[in-house]
Amino acid sequence: MKRTAFLIAAAVVALEAPVATAASPEQDLQVFRQYFLDRYPNTPFDDFQNGVYAIDANRRAEWAAMEEFPPYEIGLEIGQAEFEKPFANGRTYASCFKNGGINIRQHYPYFDTLAGDIKTLEGEINECRVKNGEQALKFGSGTLAAISAYMASTSNGSRINIIVPNDPRALEWYNRGKKHYYAKRGQLNMSCADCHYHYAGRNVRADLLHPALGDLSHFPVYRKKWEARGSGPLAGFGTSHRRFNGCNKQVRAKGYGPQSDEYKALEYFLTYMSNGVPINAPGVRQ
Amino acid sequence: MRSTAYRLLAAASISLLLGALDIGTAPSALAQDAAMVAEGKEIAFNRRKGNCLACHLMDDGTLPGNIGPPLIAMQARYPDKAALRAQIYDARVKNPSTIMPPFGPHAIISESEIDKITEYVWTL
Ligand code: HEC
Ligand code: HEC
Repeated sequence: MKRTAFLIAAAVVALEAPVATAASPEQDLQVFRQYFLDRYPNTPFDDFQNGVYAIDANRRAEWAAMEEFPPYEIGLEIGQAEFEKPFANGRTYASCFKNGGINIRQHYPYFDTLAGDIKTLEGEINECRVKNGEQALKFGSGTLAAISAYMASTSNGSRINIIVPNDPRALEWYNRGKKHYYAKRGQLNMSCADCHYHYAGRNVRADLLHPALGDLSHFPVYRKKWEARGSGPLAGFGTSHRRFNGCNKQVRAKGYGPQSDEYKALEYFLTYMSNGVPINAPGVRQ
Repeated sequence: MRSTAYRLLAAASISLLLGALDIGTAPSALAQDAAMVAEGKEIAFNRRKGNCLACHLMDDGTLPGNIGPPLIAMQARYPDKAALRAQIYDARVKNPSTIMPPFGPHAIISESEIDKITEYVWTL
């Protein structure tokens, strides 16, 4: 039918009541975190780094079994080798990042005051390449996701520490992401919050919905579904933006694509909501 | 909306008529009802159509979700079939922030598919 026309017309339908934009990021964070802590009194705060596995014993057991022989291991080694391999000009990624790129994931994404822009780790990996005369890599999956996964893994145990500075431009990014999160969208008219806030812990058919607290602490993830669809040791890797795209399309809304401003804003909001949760990347997921 | 009202009226008058007709025609009407219910079930279970099992336990559907309430004892809770259809057509009328998709207004399924699902769900 006229689905395409519909998608264009439907876009964003309504903001939910509890998120009128008045609250400060700090207040939002308090409410968000407390909601999940109250709801899962037996899940320690740090454990929210584990998505669905933080709240379901059976799935956690399956996951522990997967982690015995981590399916991402070879891919992660490739990611590390890529990260360490010098560019044609002899420089390496380490030259582009604070602390040589090690143990920095917890500070991403951040608001860049000079550019007035949100900087993501994946965005800066490509900026580094271009600055050094290399071609940018395809965003979202493959080699770029593997390099990002390796870099993230060097942050394991470090707590997410996103800052929303008192700058109207930063707040604008934050509020854009927040709006995306709570707005109903797509032909099916669902918000991210419907599935991962209000109905977290319930089942959509056989899929258990993870609680949003701790979101993005374990990205890029290594997903069995993506692994099965592609080929080679990197096929399973995907960035948070790849996942956002999938979740948008699931409700028959338009996907914005990796590194779009919309997803940069969403990543900024969602990672801020997980401040304090330790990084645990790459997560293995079904 | 007008066509919905029309269909409801039509459905109501058909059943009135059926009630008034002699018993001779009843079996084929029953067969027609049964076919509609069977079709309704198919549409309700189809992932690209109603996909009601994503959220509701219903009938013999496997691996149902549990976001919405189980669809059981429907006639007891919805003596008025039109009220049931209205809920399936647009759940936002009762609950503006509902997660249940607005099947009618967003044209996720057609009017006649909603009629069939209603017939089916009413048997649960
Ligand atoms: C129709 C329900 C639904 C909606 C709406 C939805 N998702 Fe999801 N999402 C899922 C399911 C199912 C999964 C896989 C199970 C899980 O981890 O929750 C998932 C997984 C994810 C994951 C991966 C979590 C992990 O630990 O690997 C992220 C991140 C995510 N969703 C974010 C979002 C965002 C952001 C939005 C809105 C743009 C959104 N989702 C909208 C159903 C949904
Ligand atoms: C994404 C989730 C979802 C889907 C898909 C869904 N529903 Fe619902 N449904 C709900 C929720 C949640 C409620 C509870 C009321 C509310 O929040 O609006 C509900 C309520 C209902 C009710 C009212 C139940 C009562 O006890 O009064 C009926 C009837 C119903 N749904 C039928 C259906 C049918 C038929 C379909 C498929 C064509 C369907 N639903 C698809 C989530 C869903």
